[in-house]
Amino acid sequence: MLKSLLIDPEKCTSCLQCEMACSFEHEGAFNPAKSRIKVFEFEHGRRAIPYTCTQCAEAWCLHACPVEALSRNTETGAVELDEAICVGCKVCTIACPFGTINYNADSGKVAKCDLCGGDPQCAEACPTGAITYVDANWTGLERMKQWAVKTDSQAPNQSPGA
Amino acid sequence: MDYVVLGAGPAGVIAAETLRRMDRGGRVTLVGDEPEAPYSRMAIPYLLAETVEEEGTHLRHGAGHYDARQIELRQDRAAGIDVADARVRLEGGESLAYDKLLIATGSRPTRPPIPGMDLPGIESCWTLEDARRIIAGTREGARVVLMGAGFIGCIVLEALARRKVELTVVEMAPRMLARMMDDVGGDMIERWCEARGVAVKTGTRVEAIERNDDVLTLKLGEAGELEADLVVCATGVQPNLELLEGSGVETEFGILVDARLATNVENIHAAGDVAQGPDFSTGARAVHAIQPTASEHGRIAALNMAGRETAYRGSLSMNVLNTLGLISSSFGLWEGAEGGERAVAADREGFKYLRLEFRDDVLVGALALGLTQHVGVIRGLVQTGVRLGAWKDRLLRDPHQVMHAYLERARSRP
Ligand SMILES: Cc1cc2nc3c(=O)[nH]c(=O)nc-3n(C[C@H](O)[C@H](O)[C@H](O)COP(=O)(O)OP(=O)(O)OC[C@H]3O[C@@H](n4cnc5c(N)ncnc54)[C@H](O)[C@@H]3O)c2cc1C
Ligand code: SF4
Repeated sequence: MLKSLLIDPEKCTSCLQCEMACSFEHEGAFNPAKSRIKVFEFEHGRRAIPYTCTQCAEAWCLHACPVEALSRNTETGAVELDEAICVGCKVCTIACPFGTINYNADSGKVAKCDLCGGDPQCAEACPTGAITYVDANWTGLERMKQWAVKTDSQAPNQSPGA
Repeated sequence: MDYVVLGAGPAGVIAAETLRRMDRGGRVTLVGDEPEAPYSRMAIPYLLAETVEEEGTHLRHGAGHYDARQIELRQDRAAGIDVADARVRLEGGESLAYDKLLIATGSRPTRPPIPGMDLPGIESCWTLEDARRIIAGTREGARVVLMGAGFIGCIVLEALARRKVELTVVEMAPRMLARMMDDVGGDMIERWCEARGVAVKTGTRVEAIERNDDVLTLKLGEAGELEADLVVCATGVQPNLELLEGSGVETEFGILVDARLATNVENIHAAGDVAQGPDFSTGARAVHAIQPTASEHGRIAALNMAGRETAYRGSLSMNVLNTLGLISSSFGLWEGAEGGERAVAADREGFKYLRLEFRDDVLVGALALGLTQHVGVIRGLVQTGVRLGAWKDRLLRDPHQVMHAYLERARSRP
């Protein structure tokens, strides 16, 4: 059964445990700057929004990659990067309309959320339940992802057939 | 159904794969004229920089990728199209019947019409074959002159610099990246390069090249002369249109296609660098010779060829570039929209720059230097045309709030 990250910003206290856990999982060090999930804080109104890749069906990054460094993990549904293949051209970073695949100057490659292979550490670390890992069929999730449809490069009501 | 795809670059390969997915029983033939496995030109700089081997430039990995999808890959060159018989003539002598034909033959480099441009030691940087020659001609410390500092020129600049050559860049226009950066950004990139040991001569025209004893001499008019062991020319490209002669397919700069990537001739589509299709920003038709457009064109053309009517909203002109570690990007109408407004934050000494262009309260274009995190949301905002409301004024005061504006305005809430 596919699962997805569900983010409920109302519950986020901006404690940054998710960023710490993510960077530790992927970089082996607590370094929020290298986290693939990012908490954005606001001065106006809303307090904080944790933000990361939704593993969208369109997979803009994957289709734009010139060397097939990105592929879909059929078990988790995540679009994963093969670092050995990535040349670091950054085309995926401008192709993704959500801004959730980013260049890392230290590695010379990009980085994105891979759902930690099915055990996302951000959700594990979040003490308030602002990030949970839920059944992908859950309806609230579809609504959260609706915006993805609007960004499609095709006319409305056309599925990408990917 | 017989599908024939001409050109085995990104547009052609993605189209062939999509055709296969959409029509399990159809015949898909992919014709490419290069003696290589299908590869991505844009990976060539990383071959020059020795980040990858040749296989690393290939579009698809894994043995038998095309066989497994029953895509017949043929190495041959299309010579012409007989529209009345619905056949493509190949230079090898055969001809292929098609029910649906895709032209994805890409573009090729051009050279300025000056004396000496065809001398040995002057290379383009377009194909794997070019790359092999450049690699052979650039030992450490070799004197290399790069002609052209446009987008492709600047990518090649980065790759050559990594080969530790003594590099000089000559550009006719008054600044680097004249079509991707404004004066502020172009000036920052130029100073950045100079500070890292690359000599940049903008506003300089090469008038002739001569060759004596393996040494090339570039005549620069009033700017004197330059000696080089190798010259790399990146002064422009033009679409490959020759095979269309007599076909009746309408062309302007490229092959004119509609929102379905169809040409004016029935059953003939075009995609990628060779196609002049709808421009998302202007509604006019333009050639956007970039990878994301090639990939979108290839997919959408194939959907339509296979009978799934799909309209394209147009390609967004966008680029991202790494110039010796300084990362820049451009999106859409970065020069501004008529009657629109502009937000600018420039730190000339810190090499950081962000310029946003609005029409009403919609983001229509942007330039960024030194911005790598979440830069894709600029595309998201431009392409969705989301109204920024009160956030526009905040962005006019501080363009760096763009990610916050995106989160507040563009994301739907559960
Ligand atoms: C050095 C370099 C760096 C680049 N960097 C970037 C970048 O960073 N970002 C970006 O977005 N874009 C970049 N590009 C541009 C990008 O590579 C092109 O937009 C893309 O390759 C276009 O794909 P295409 O399939 O339309 O054409 P191509 O990749 O050119 O493929 C067309 C193929 O058709 C073949 N062909 C031509 N005529 C015939 C014929 N008559 N019969 C059979 N086959 C034929 C050609 O030989 C070629 O193999 C770069 C290009 C170069 C050269
Ligand atoms: S940066 Fe890496 S993953 Fe992204 S498009 Fe380029 S090669 Fe592919």
